Amino acid sequence: MRIITIDGLNAEVEVDGIRRKARLDLLPNAKVGDYVLIHAGMAIALVDEEEAQQTLSLFREYLK
Amino acid sequence: MRLSDEFRDESLVQQVASRLRTYEGISATIMEVCGTHTMSAARFGISSLLPDGITLISGPGCPVCVTDQRDIDAFLAIGQSADIILCTFGDMVRVPGSYTSLEKLRAEGADVRVVYSPTDAVNIAVGNPSKKVTFFGVGFETTAPATAVAIRTAREADLHNFYVYSCHKTMPPALRALLASGETAVSGLLLPGHVSTIIGTRAYEFIPQEFGMPCAVAGFEPLDMLLGIEAILSQIVEENPRVENTYRRAVKEQPNEHARELIEDVFVAADCAWRGIGVIPGSGLEIAPKYWAFDAKKRFSELVGSANPVSNSSCRCGDVLRGAIRPNECALFGRACTPLTPVGPCMVSSEGACAAAYKYGGPPTKNAR
Repeated sequence: MRIITIDGLNAEVEVDGIRRKARLDLLPNAKVGDYVLIHAGMAIALVDEEEAQQTLSLFREYLK
Repeated sequence: MRLSDEFRDESLVQQVASRLRTYEGISATIMEVCGTHTMSAARFGISSLLPDGITLISGPGCPVCVTDQRDIDAFLAIGQSADIILCTFGDMVRVPGSYTSLEKLRAEGADVRVVYSPTDAVNIAVGNPSKKVTFFGVGFETTAPATAVAIRTAREADLHNFYVYSCHKTMPPALRALLASGETAVSGLLLPGHVSTIIGTRAYEFIPQEFGMPCAVAGFEPLDMLLGIEAILSQIVEENPRVENTYRRAVKEQPNEHARELIEDVFVAADCAWRGIGVIPGSGLEIAPKYWAFDAKKRFSELVGSANPVSNSSCRCGDVLRGAIRPNECALFGRACTPLTPVGPCMVSSEGACAAAYKYGGPPTKNAR
């Protein structure tokens, strides 16, 4: 889900128009616009866009 | 762009699947440790994409499923206390205890509330000062930090009506116990993506080092799972077991330090009973003494102590959780035990192997088809 707003350690996150509250205790440096994994109301991990693209492109390369 | 759709790309998935055909002729059983992997494998039909000799079996990674019957009975017993509100994640509501369930208690008039996060339970305590609000803390390293935050929030707010019954557990000791028992013939472990975001891949080094077991951390999209499975197969072929991370976009080598700090502050490691596996040394997270004011096991010790679990001898959830049998090898599966009339937790939880097998028309293994 993507972070829409941040107020201290409380964030609002969204995916496909669905919004939820999430705590940022585990990712205090997260920024608005970051992709995060949410579990039990907590953002547990940043999803690294670059790594995601890298995995996919390595993969496409490998399949050629 | 959602950073997940791409990992469901059908043509990519098909291409990986065809590349996996190079492993035709190899016989391997891969345990998907995590309940979310079990559900994902069933939902996306991952087994059908694998060569014939490759079998997937479920492991002990469904938190509701591995919760010991005594803990479930104890939490239900707390419901007998006056002015109580029981809070739980939704998966637990229909899990049968020895004598009743949260669903039945609610039907009889008890105040049972489903929460989305432990902090929701704290808010219920704030809004109901005359009630004793007790949260059932179930889950692995992914959930324990959220419970820790709830307990610290309750302390900061000086709440005297919020309690947690902690059944939180940690994954590495369970994997160690499972591998050391030697009972389950597994050739590789597909390691849980979400737990790994918290504990880091480093926590699994003992698996190849001490047990010579191939393993890979994987995400939950079809492409993620196939990548993880391929990593394990290549380790088997190369006879080079190691911890491979195929979920790099979310999982790092190092643990999440904030999570570690929260867990170490609020909990202490303790021996813990797992359904089907037994007591695993150091695998439980009990509330640390400085937070005992919030420990439901202390506050309601008499009711908790009164729990007298009776095992349902024909339910084989325990065997399913160890990977010893597949869901349809249980005599109750699909007959006495269905999602409408679940006998054991593996048929209730959305991460349960029996629920996955039932919902998607057969266990996620080709042997059983």
